[in-house]
Amino acid sequence: MIASISIVVAVLVAILLVITLRGASSLSLSMLIETPKGGYYLGKGGGIANAIVGSLYLSLGATILAFLLSLPIAFALQKEFTGRHLANVTRLALDILWGTPSIVYGAFGFVLMITLGLHASLLGGIIALTLLMLPIMTRSMEEVIRMIPPELKETSYALGATRIETTFRVVFKQALPGIMTGILLAFGRGIGDAASILFTAGYTDYIPRSLLDPVASLPLAVFFQVATPIPEVQQRAYASALILLVIVLVVSVASRLLGRRFSRNIVR
Amino acid sequence: MNWRKVKDRLAARSMLVVIAFANSIAFLIALGLFIKSRPVLAKESIVDLIFSSTWAPLRGEFGFFPFIVGTIEVTLIAMVLTIPVCLLSAIYLSEYAHRLVREGVRLVVDIMAGIPSVLYGLWGILVIVPFVRNLGHALGHATTGYSLLSGGIILGMMVSPIIISVSLEVLRSVPMEAREATLALGTTRWETVKHVVLRVARHGILSAIVLGFTRAFGETIAVLMIVGNVPKVPQSIFDPAYPLPALLANNYGEMMSIPMYESALLFSAFILLLVVSGFNLAAHITLLRTERG
Repeated sequence: MIASISIVVAVLVAILLVITLRGASSLSLSMLIETPKGGYYLGKGGGIANAIVGSLYLSLGATILAFLLSLPIAFALQKEFTGRHLANVTRLALDILWGTPSIVYGAFGFVLMITLGLHASLLGGIIALTLLMLPIMTRSMEEVIRMIPPELKETSYALGATRIETTFRVVFKQALPGIMTGILLAFGRGIGDAASILFTAGYTDYIPRSLLDPVASLPLAVFFQVATPIPEVQQRAYASALILLVIVLVVSVASRLLGRRFSRNIVR
Repeated sequence: MNWRKVKDRLAARSMLVVIAFANSIAFLIALGLFIKSRPVLAKESIVDLIFSSTWAPLRGEFGFFPFIVGTIEVTLIAMVLTIPVCLLSAIYLSEYAHRLVREGVRLVVDIMAGIPSVLYGLWGILVIVPFVRNLGHALGHATTGYSLLSGGIILGMMVSPIIISVSLEVLRSVPMEAREATLALGTTRWETVKHVVLRVARHGILSAIVLGFTRAFGETIAVLMIVGNVPKVPQSIFDPAYPLPALLANNYGEMMSIPMYESALLFSAFILLLVVSGFNLAAHITLLRTERG
């Protein structure tokens, strides 16, 4: 059994080590701040600033949109608003969505875009990622909201506050650490996902100027560059992978720290 | 009536709308994909689509059999490799490990779950593919390393976090009294685990495995990078395969130019959604039952 645990831990260490070592040797400042120049895909100059900025645009946009949709759902699942059975069915529906492969979101996003007459664009990518993030965010927020001691809400009701006032003034504040964790969790998942934006966001060497421009992204930068036969371009895939890994790890650490920091204001 | 009360009523009403929206997303996705896959379903019967091996989009022949077999095989290999490791880890963490070890490994598992699949794919290309190539040569199979086995190994790694964390959760929810009562009868720890804890937790553990299975079934990018993508039914684990998600991801560029192609590919997304959601539904319902005890 200890051997099994060691395998699991060793796999993580090996992944982190290999990507860090390979990535670090090919990472440079120009990779970070330049967009691809002519002949970039043959090994000439330039960087992946287009993918870094693109990924941030996509994930930030989707996180904001998903937050605006998730928070009301998480609030609505409280027993004051929704009966137990309906709430359980909704939780189940969200769990099923959570398990849906991201390529299916990509395909659905694509169908949606054809219907709306859109091309592969920042907007399309944001829509697909929002769908992907929605169940993750909602379920993790809702778990925290459900943990709030009922006495706290009852105190608020006893003072004459309405349900919606209690929700915003008591529940929201109390659940804030959990809400932050949920947002960061979804952001981390979204920024690393490739399959859902493959159809919907496209790929470009430029930083998008409007919502309707196609947009590059880090996961797809790794994916496309590693597939080329040219060693210099493959090196850049490793560097892109390292950047992606660092972003994901920072987000994951931040969510833990933030969760702890915000929990100071909580009544226990 | 008081304005505050009006606001509260309005909010409660809109909460209903919000809940309806949350419930309808899954149906909208299924409906959208189904409508788009109707042209190909109208042209060929569903049995032909699933069991025919001819994949020739230009002639309008769409046989999904090699892809379905590829998906199932790569997923099975992953499960065979990962289930023993995951279950033993979960049992150790739940029954034997010190609290600090448990928390530490939980952190490891959380981080693993958060690593993007494209990074698993890259790591697979750098580490697993050469390994499998050498292994294949040592065993007398000429292989590029881009094969079912490589895909299975990477998939196994990718789904281990969910299997470990769900089964750990399930094992921890087995009441302490059940263990104490058994130990009081003079059994060893392992006997307690085998005869009592695992018996109580078996449905939950099965659900954990099913959840891992569906993750593996739908995983796209990492598999696409590693499994070789040759549309034939593989003969050995060193042969390349071409799972459904990879098919979908690889061909989106061309699918607008050939008639029926788009419809056939979206049909494959529809199958994927149905299979994964079906299994997930079963697993989650089982988990809910175990939670209630």
